[in-house]
Amino acid sequence: MDDNLIIAGKKYSSRLLVGTGKYKDFNETRAAVEASGAEIITIAIRRSNIGQNPGEPSLLEILPPSKYTLLPNTAGCYSADDAVRTLRLARELLDGHSLVKLEVLGDPQSLYPNVIETIAAAKTLVADGFQVMVYTSDDPIVAKQLEDIGCVAIMPLASLIGSGMGILNPWNLQLIMERAQVPVIVDAGVGTASDAAIAMELGCDGVLMNTAIAGAQLPVLMASAMRQAVEAGRSAYKAGRMPKKLYSASPSSPTAGIIASTRG
Amino acid sequence: MITVSINGSSHRLPDSTCVAAMLEEMGLTGKRIALERNGEILPRSLFASQQLEDGDTLEVVTAVGGG
Repeated sequence: MDDNLIIAGKKYSSRLLVGTGKYKDFNETRAAVEASGAEIITIAIRRSNIGQNPGEPSLLEILPPSKYTLLPNTAGCYSADDAVRTLRLARELLDGHSLVKLEVLGDPQSLYPNVIETIAAAKTLVADGFQVMVYTSDDPIVAKQLEDIGCVAIMPLASLIGSGMGILNPWNLQLIMERAQVPVIVDAGVGTASDAAIAMELGCDGVLMNTAIAGAQLPVLMASAMRQAVEAGRSAYKAGRMPKKLYSASPSSPTAGIIASTRG
Repeated sequence: MITVSINGSSHRLPDSTCVAAMLEEMGLTGKRIALERNGEILPRSLFASQQLEDGDTLEVVTAVGGG
């Protein structure tokens, strides 16, 4: 049975979205992205190195838009205006591509999202025809407002960007998911495979990560682990876990037909 | 001569330099880039016809790895 992630009307079979930063070279980037099985990959928009390394390949040659859905981000933007300008440049760079990742940060130390600027940017971008996947805090009220503005996916943090601290507030994620009519994708905070599995078991529609893979000792192996974790967590969510109880009076093996006890 | 800002640094260029000629000078011809002129997107189709003016501020960007 198909179990696709649908974002802005387009189907994806992978529920793992990955970033392309922090790898040691393009070969490692490509190998990790391939091992992850991701179809949607984030990229950043930065000034061209004018006159430097003219023969150097570009990221778009390594990860071509014909093969992947590229998701340009606004990482490093601290105001709505800068985020909007960055994504307009991205749309021009990618020949009119409108699916984007909006993130407006609050400070360079925590990288915590500035939701006021995020909401302002989301309004402008949606009005300008962008399909906005939005990184935000795990505040369910803000998440609902971003959905009402017209964002096509809500992407709350599980913990701070690059922290690897895992799922710190599953209850808020559940509040967001209960109310959302668009996909909810955990973005930021995943540290290892079990974190990704927990996010999916909670019922998240997907997980987006970068540092958890690029920052591993063996990034390509971790990419593969994350792929399996997201698939396992999704299957467990759909299967429906057994209820938790302190103890069980119902052993797994039959209670009848046990051989005679030698004890009294 | 005119003075324009390209990615934050000042450049002196001959009068009537078009955007395409500026990109050629910078070694960016044929590269996948996008360009903003004074805060507004300048579509690629206009690179050959648009002439730079003294005081223009340009941002020339490309895609890089990011999360």
